[in-house]
Amino acid sequence: MGKFNEGKGKEMPAVSTASLPDIIFMLLFFFMVTTVLRENTLKVDVVTPKATELTKLIHKTLVNTIHVGKPKENYQDIYGTAPMLQLGDKVSSPRDIPLFLENFKTKVPEKKRGLIISSLKVDGDVTMGILQDIKTKLRQSSQLKINYSAKTQEQK
Amino acid sequence: MLKKKGSKGRQSNEINAGSMADIAFLLLIFFLVTTQIAEDKGVLTVLPPWSDDEPDITKLNERNVYAVLVNANNDLLVRNEPMSARDLRKNAKEFISNPENRPDYAEKPEKAIISLKNDRGTKYETYIEVLNELKGAYNELRNEMSERTHGKPYEFLDKAKQRVIRNKIPLIISEAEPTAFGEEG
Repeated sequence: MGKFNEGKGKEMPAVSTASLPDIIFMLLFFFMVTTVLRENTLKVDVVTPKATELTKLIHKTLVNTIHVGKPKENYQDIYGTAPMLQLGDKVSSPRDIPLFLENFKTKVPEKKRGLIISSLKVDGDVTMGILQDIKTKLRQSSQLKINYSAKTQEQK
Repeated sequence: MLKKKGSKGRQSNEINAGSMADIAFLLLIFFLVTTQIAEDKGVLTVLPPWSDDEPDITKLNERNVYAVLVNANNDLLVRNEPMSARDLRKNAKEFISNPENRPDYAEKPEKAIISLKNDRGTKYETYIEVLNELKGAYNELRNEMSERTHGKPYEFLDKAKQRVIRNKIPLIISEAEPTAFGEEG
C-alpha cells in the first residue's frame, strides 16, 4: 500500500476540465430530444372558452383528453365540416369512446383507476348535441370525473 | 502588429475552458426555468352515474329547485323568468343562501338543487358560461362561510374543514336530457 503513495502521490497533474462543457451539452441535448411537449397533432380546431372557476389538473398520467371541434381545413375533404371528436391521434365518433377509455385504463395502475379524469377540450362554437352524446357515452362507461377545459378569464 | 503578436501570442495560446461548463449550466438552468409545459385546467365536474330512467325532479319541493333552461338561441330562462348570464351568479347566491327567508327560495343551502337543461343546439360557450357562474356562486358562498367561521378563505382550510363546509353547501347539479329544437353544427 505504501509503495503506491511514494511513487506518484506528490505530482498529480490537475484533471482537465476541458471536456466538462461537452458533458453538460450532451445532457442538455439529451433532455431537449427526449422531452415531449405535445403528444399528437390536432386534426380538429379547438378554441376553448374562458371561465373563472378553474381547477388545475396536476396528475398528467391520470388524464385522458378528448378534443371536440370542426375538422381543420386540410381534413375537411375527408371528415366534412360538422364537429368531430379526436381521441389520441384519430378523428372518431362518440361510439369509439368506450374502447378509448378502456385502452387508457390498461396503462394506469389498478388502484389509481378511480382517479382518472377525462379532460374535454371543446371548441366554444360547438353545439351541445355532440357533447351530450359524449357525456352519455362517458356515463355509460362510468367515467364520471370530467373537466371542461377552459382558459383563464380576468376577473371583472 | 507584428510586434504585438511576438510579445504576447506565444505565451497564452490556449483559452481557459474551465468556465465553459458554468456557461453551459447557466444555459441549462435558464431553459429549465423558462420552459412552460402547457398545463391543463378547466371546470371540474362529476357526472351522475348512468341509469336508464330519468330522475324525477317533480317529486322535489319546488321552492328548492333552481331551474335553469338554455334554449338554442342561447337565451336563459331561470325559474320561469328570462335572465342574462351576467346576473345569474348573484341571483343563484341569493336563492341558495336565502338571507331574507323568502318562502319561494331554498329552505337551506343543503336542500338547494340546481336543475340545468339545455338544447342540443345550445352553444358550448354559453353552457360553460352558465356552469361557470353557478359554480362561482357556490364557491363564493363557501368562501363567505369560511371567512365567517374560520377567518380565512376556503382554499386555505385543511381538508376536514373544507369537507364540513362542502357538506353544508353542497353543489348538486342535475342535468336533464336536452331538448332537440335547435339546429346542430
